[in-house]
Amino acid sequence: MLAPQVEIMLVAALAGAACALPGVFLFLRRMSLVGDAISHAILFGIVAAFLIVRDLRSPWLMIGAAGTGVLTAVAVDALRRTGRVKEDAALGLVFPALFSLGVVGIARGVGNIHLDLDAVLLGELAFAPFDRLIWGGWDLGPRGAWVMGGLLILNLILILTLYKEFMLSSFDPDLAAISGFPPAVLHNLLMGMTALTVVAAFDVVGVVLVVAMLVVPAATAALLTDRLAPMLGLSVLLGLLMALGGYGLAYALDLSIAGSMATVGGILFALAFLGAPAHGLIAQARQAARRRERLAQQMLVIHLLSHEGTEAEREENCIRTLPAHLRWDPAFAERVIDRAERAGWVVREGDLLRVTEAGRQAAQEILGANGGAPSHPPS
Amino acid sequence: MGFGFLMDPTFRLVATGSALIGAVGGVLGTFALLRRQSLLGDAMSHAALPGIVLAFLLTGSRDLPLLLVGASLSAWLGALLVVLITHRSRIRPDAALGLVLSVFFGIGMALLTVAQRRPTAAQAGLERFLFGQAAVMLPQDVEGIARTAALIFLLIFLFWKEFKVLAFDPAFAAAMGLPVMALDILLTTLTVLAIALGLQAVGVVLTSAVLVAPAAAARQWTNRLERMVILAGGLGALSGVLGTLLSTWIGRLPTGPVIALCASGIALFSLLFAPRRGLAWTVKSPGGKRRAGPSG
Repeated sequence: MLAPQVEIMLVAALAGAACALPGVFLFLRRMSLVGDAISHAILFGIVAAFLIVRDLRSPWLMIGAAGTGVLTAVAVDALRRTGRVKEDAALGLVFPALFSLGVVGIARGVGNIHLDLDAVLLGELAFAPFDRLIWGGWDLGPRGAWVMGGLLILNLILILTLYKEFMLSSFDPDLAAISGFPPAVLHNLLMGMTALTVVAAFDVVGVVLVVAMLVVPAATAALLTDRLAPMLGLSVLLGLLMALGGYGLAYALDLSIAGSMATVGGILFALAFLGAPAHGLIAQARQAARRRERLAQQMLVIHLLSHEGTEAEREENCIRTLPAHLRWDPAFAERVIDRAERAGWVVREGDLLRVTEAGRQAAQEILGANGGAPSHPPS
Repeated sequence: MGFGFLMDPTFRLVATGSALIGAVGGVLGTFALLRRQSLLGDAMSHAALPGIVLAFLLTGSRDLPLLLVGASLSAWLGALLVVLITHRSRIRPDAALGLVLSVFFGIGMALLTVAQRRPTAAQAGLERFLFGQAAVMLPQDVEGIARTAALIFLLIFLFWKEFKVLAFDPAFAAAMGLPVMALDILLTTLTVLAIALGLQAVGVVLTSAVLVAPAAAARQWTNRLERMVILAGGLGALSGVLGTLLSTWIGRLPTGPVIALCASGIALFSLLFAPRRGLAWTVKSPGGKRRAGPSG
């Protein structure tokens, strides 16, 4: 038997990885909130099943939950297709209704049996090591690890077998339909996979963390790459990081485990949002600055050329007066001239700037290609 | 069981408070619905949790108004982040809402464990926000709700034309020279206030029901914004009263979920039976022809 801490980390890591896979496809199909809706709505299925079988350990509870999950997705879709409400409102109508029915069912019907709502919503990973899988007298470890591990393998198999189909229908549903992959089948398959994932995971980690694990790794991965295969890989990796890092945070500061994992997810996303190589805020600012500078270099060359050989050349093309003429900040002008010089577009002759042959060609390209307007460089 | 409770001051207090909350939710939900931001309410109500806990941690007080200020600030921050994330990255609104919702709530949960270590923390005071506890409303709570509601209604009345253009055609509003950004912020702030009120009655998960369901119901009955706002407010208030009534009458029922269920029931009825748009009429109309209602 492993140490309880290791077991908790194992269960959480498996849950993070298992949720991260369908999360990517939900993200690509703009359905990230369906996971949220399903995870709340299944409360109804669990309570309804419990009220019928009256046994908290019955597999019917999970079946009821999974059924309600699929039902939620179907109901939202059907409601949207009536055209009476938009998709966001359809979601917002269905899941609170089912969730309230669940809460009312608990209050009315469950009576003396303890079905703890807090535990359902918030989850308690700390208890995962106590729920063990015993088979033939052998202790096989925490049940949650087996459930989440099985789910991870199932999701992996589904995605690997239908990889092309999922990819095509996520990026280009029309082409997928023409190519003979019925989008409805794949949509329902994804919904089923999501419902199953949510049902299996919420029992172990709670509703809130399920939503975080479905949404956060996928969205973060989408900031880091444009391609599907790396996105799936990164999403899984981020799911693992979120689980393990979150456990570390919870352990160090004695915080709620699920809360810490969601928090770490938020930190990971924030890091990617700021620092992602191509899509991060910092990279965006750098690209914008580069574009501005490049545009300024082109303006400089064109300005110099337009006054070349004229009487005003001494005045207009003089390094000291240039910032005033182009309405540039002197420091910026200095930088632009430096860069243009290094690019071999201009040379200094005392105070005067002269355009080189390369600069002349560049200017001609800009003017020729755009009918006079300076071009934006490809970026 | 008798109906004596109808005269009971506590019942009347809770019913009044719930009705006001329902009315405010319905009115602001109308704008959210038309702007396709129905789920922003869900994200904001979850995002309120860290603010509530932080307000408690920083001041050590469990005064409702103070906790609601914390709730509003962090819900507002959440809404702001949704806008920032969608505008400055390739993340689309659904994922941005999901991100803010789950991460903020997670931070709130983590902070809650800190709060529970405080000897002063009667944790029920904080956890009542998870599911709401309309039944424990005090006279001063209802007074505060009434004041906030009056302020919200007044502002909507004053900015009626502006909000109307914003709801239907923000591009046109910008072209008219309206300060779209400022109006958007004002409307979002009012929604945050409505959510802060809703949290006390129905809790984090179900606040979105109070926002979405009355508005979606009202939408089925009318095409005019004036009527829709008034109707949504009325249906929201009705859900509040009906929910309080049913939960008291039947007994052993939490008020919040029953209010949410009443609102959902009204929405379902409207979707099915509203004149012209009702789905029940499209199945078989008198001539045997399928008739599609107007969409939107």
